[in-house]
Order: sequence, then structure tokens, then C-alpha cells
Amino acid sequence: MSANLNPWRSNRPNPAGSVTVEQVSKNYPGAQRGAVVEALQPISLELREADFVSILGPSGCGKSSLLRIIAGLEQPTTGRVLLNGTPVSGPGTDRGMMFQSYSLFPWLTVRDNIGYGLRERGLAPAAQAAIVDSYVAEMGLEGFDRLYPVQLSGGMRQRVAFARALANDPKILLLDEPFGQLDNQTRALMQEFLLGLWERHRKTVLFVTHDIDEAIFLSNRCAVFTARPGAIKSETRIELPYPRHYTVKSGGRFSDYRARLTEEIRAESLKSTQVGPAFLGT
Amino acid sequence: MNPQPLRPVSMPVRLVLGVAFVLAFVGLWALVTEGGIVSRLVLASPASVLRSGAALLSEHDFGLDIAITVLRVLGGFAIASILAIPLGVAMGAYGPIDALLRPTIGFARYLPAAGFIPLLILWTGVGETQKLAMVFIAAFFPLVLAISAAVANTPRAIIEVAYTLGTNRRRILGRVLLPYAAPQIADILRQVLGWTWTYGIFAELIASSSGVGHMITESQSMIATDQIIFGILVIGVIALVVDRFFRLAIRGLYRWSIT
Repeated sequence: MSANLNPWRSNRPNPAGSVTVEQVSKNYPGAQRGAVVEALQPISLELREADFVSILGPSGCGKSSLLRIIAGLEQPTTGRVLLNGTPVSGPGTDRGMMFQSYSLFPWLTVRDNIGYGLRERGLAPAAQAAIVDSYVAEMGLEGFDRLYPVQLSGGMRQRVAFARALANDPKILLLDEPFGQLDNQTRALMQEFLLGLWERHRKTVLFVTHDIDEAIFLSNRCAVFTARPGAIKSETRIELPYPRHYTVKSGGRFSDYRARLTEEIRAESLKSTQVGPAFLGT
Repeated sequence: MNPQPLRPVSMPVRLVLGVAFVLAFVGLWALVTEGGIVSRLVLASPASVLRSGAALLSEHDFGLDIAITVLRVLGGFAIASILAIPLGVAMGAYGPIDALLRPTIGFARYLPAAGFIPLLILWTGVGETQKLAMVFIAAFFPLVLAISAAVANTPRAIIEVAYTLGTNRRRILGRVLLPYAAPQIADILRQVLGWTWTYGIFAELIASSSGVGHMITESQSMIATDQIIFGILVIGVIALVVDRFFRLAIRGLYRWSIT
């Protein structure tokens, strides 16, 4: 492993922001006395401080369930999740979560959205304002900070959602297809933006996506999920040096990763859509 | 004019069409009454409605009757709202409370509110309590059910985000559910108030010695269709004005919910 693979990892003995997923599985009760739906097979996954791990998989493979279990929003059927060695029992401010829908609080201004968690923690108003100001500046939201979410573009809402999650200073960011609603151009910019954020703030990131390029570009590790019930089919280290420039996307090594991951995902997508190769003429 | 479904209409065209229909309607009304096609006993002319309205206001203290009716409707509605808002919010937010009350309240909303009038008279007499109770019954059940639905429809994602930002279960109602549902609750109040005017008048028609409904029954015995129509129109205008005011207030208060 090259030394610059993850230059933001510290050498402290008990690094904050490590996540251990131990044999976590999830079943949902069937609708109207139907059979139990198995969403996740027992999964084990290890994230160390400042890791950026992507979970790639077909729709409905249970990748969001795993994220929600780590966030403490759902209980696993079996297994457990440890944060720095301590079992997760519910949601906590050490794990910031972001959804595809941004989920900004529509009744709060940009400022109050960003400062929501700080206010919940009971920080002094002056301290809140200082932190909010710094994120308004970092996210390029100057001049928009008194507006309501409904008045913002998709890309701006996204940045507010990032700022709100980061302002609370979580050790871990759980991102559930955060760029799913953006157009391609905005999406590419937001990927670079997220990479920059991660490089500056050194969070441990678990990133759910079905976009292969996005996963390769951002992460130092890619876990491919099988079709439902989800399990980790493979883990690929993305050994592209950080900081990454968007031009790595057109490089040869990037293409190699893309070809490999595309093949793996494709097999699972075929399974999950119940379509055989014959249907596609291959 | 090419009628294409869902095509927007410009504001001037909208205005011209709307006013044209009102004028045509009043014109036809004037034509059949003033032209002697319909007897004045059956239907008063627009001019005589306005004349007798002015007389009612200047000579018979009709303004007082209007005020009494408005106070009865708003009073009954206020009592219903004060009880329905916390109950609806509690049902929307907490499953067990919903499970406890929904079968009863869900059924009660289909009971014909007007059918309670004889009972209300037996229980409370023909005083103010009966009028307030009529309006209360008409408003309370729809309010509770609509408010509970508004609260229950809070997007799960914003609740979950709040949890990950440090809001605990005890505080989530006040920090997320209520602020999110507030403009919808305000709009529900506006709509239900709109339906409630009818019931205030209704209670007065059956048993009252004051109010617009009372004037209407009195006018019936005198075959004064002009006064009856004036009374109906007065309530319509008041309800419309209150509704517009409510809308403006909601818009001013909840700017964030306007797209």
C-alpha cells in the first residue's frame, strides 16, 4: 500500500471515527403476513479513521439499510455496530447523516439549518454564529444565508445539508446517495467539493451510491453489494493518490477500476432485475 | 379560443371572464324579476335586495344581528380549534393515541352535525350554548382528523436528520413535527372555518331570537325574499373576507412554505 493512500489518517492509538460492522443482518416483517423479507445477509465491514468507503450496489440491495443501522435509526436483526469500540444503541451526533432528499428543515433559514445541531447542543449564540459563519463562507453561501431552502437551487441545498452535517463536528459522515437528485454537471462539481471537504475535515465517510465513477473518484475503498439480500461481494482498494483532481477520471487506472467494478455490478443488477443475459443479446 | 386542457389563463383574461359571468348572472336575475317573468313574491329583484338590505341595516339594527352571528361562529370555531389542535397533533404524532381515538372520531365525523340540533336544544336550551355547540360539532371532528393527517405526514427523513443532529425523542414534536405542520394546520383551520358558517346560520334558523338566521326565518313568515337573499349574501361576503384575511395571514406568517 502506498504511503499517500490516505494521508489524513492519524497514528493515534485510539483513533476517533472508526466503525466496525460485526455480522449485521436485517430482516423486515413481510407485508400482510407475507414471508419475512431478508434485506441484508450478515455483513462485516471495518472503517478506520478518515476512511472514505463507498458502497456500490443495485437498487434495493439493502445498502441504505446498512447505513441506517450504522446511524442508529434502525436496529439490526443480528450482529452489532461498534463506534471506536462502543456498541451503537441509537442515533447520535457522532454520526452525521445525509439523505438524497437533502431533508433541510424548510421552516429554517440557511443559517438556522446549519446551526440546528449547535442549538440543540446548547452552544452559546455567539459561538453558534461563529461556526455558522465559517460554514457559510466555506460552502460559498454568502448572501444566501438568510434565505429559506425553497429559495435555493439543488446544488445550494446540497451544500447547506453538508454544512449542517459538518457543523455538528461528527466523526463519521453517512451519505445516502447524496447526489442522486443533481444534474450531471452539478454532480461532478459536488463530488470534487465533497472530496475537498473530506480532505480538510478528515471525517470517516461511508458513501452509498450506484454511480461507479463517483465511487472510484471519491473513495479509497469500494464495497460492491450483491443483489437482495445484500452482502458484500467484493472490496476493492482504489489506489489513486489523494488529493485527486477530476482529470484522474480519464486516466488508465481509473478505467481499469471502472471496467472491473462495472462487471461486478452488472452481474448483480441482472440478478436483481430478473433478466437473463439472453434478454440483452449478450 | 382553443380549449387546451391545463393551459394557463392570463390574469386580464381571467378577470374579464370572471366579471362577465357575474354581470351576466345579475343581469339575468334583474331581467326575470324586473321584467315580471317571475313574481316578486317568489324572487326579489337585485335592486330590491339592496334596498331592503339598506333598510335592515339603518332601521332594524341588522348590524347587531350580523355581529351576533359572526361571534357565534367564530366563538364555536375557536373552542373547537383549541381542543382539536392538541388532540389532532397528539394523534398524528403518537400511534397509540391515534389507535385509541381514531375509530371513534373517524366515525363521529360522518354523523350529521345538523341532526344534533334537537338534542342540543333539549340539553342546553335555545341560548348561546346551543349555537356554540352546533358550530363546535360541525368543526371539531374534521379539524382533528385533518390536523392528525398533516402531522403524521411529516417526512421521515427530516425527523431522522433531527435525531442525528442531537434532537431527542421528547423534543422532536416541538422541534420538527410542529414547525413543519404549522402552515398546513393553519390552512386546515381556514378551510374548516369556511364550512362552518353554514352551521351557525342553521342553528339560528331552528331556534333563535337574534342573528342573521333569525332574520331569515322572520322574513320567511313575511314572504320577504329580498331580506332572505340579503341575509344569505351578507354571510357569504363575510365568509369570503375572513377567508382572504386568513390566506394573507398564512402567507405572511409562513413565507418559507411558498414555492
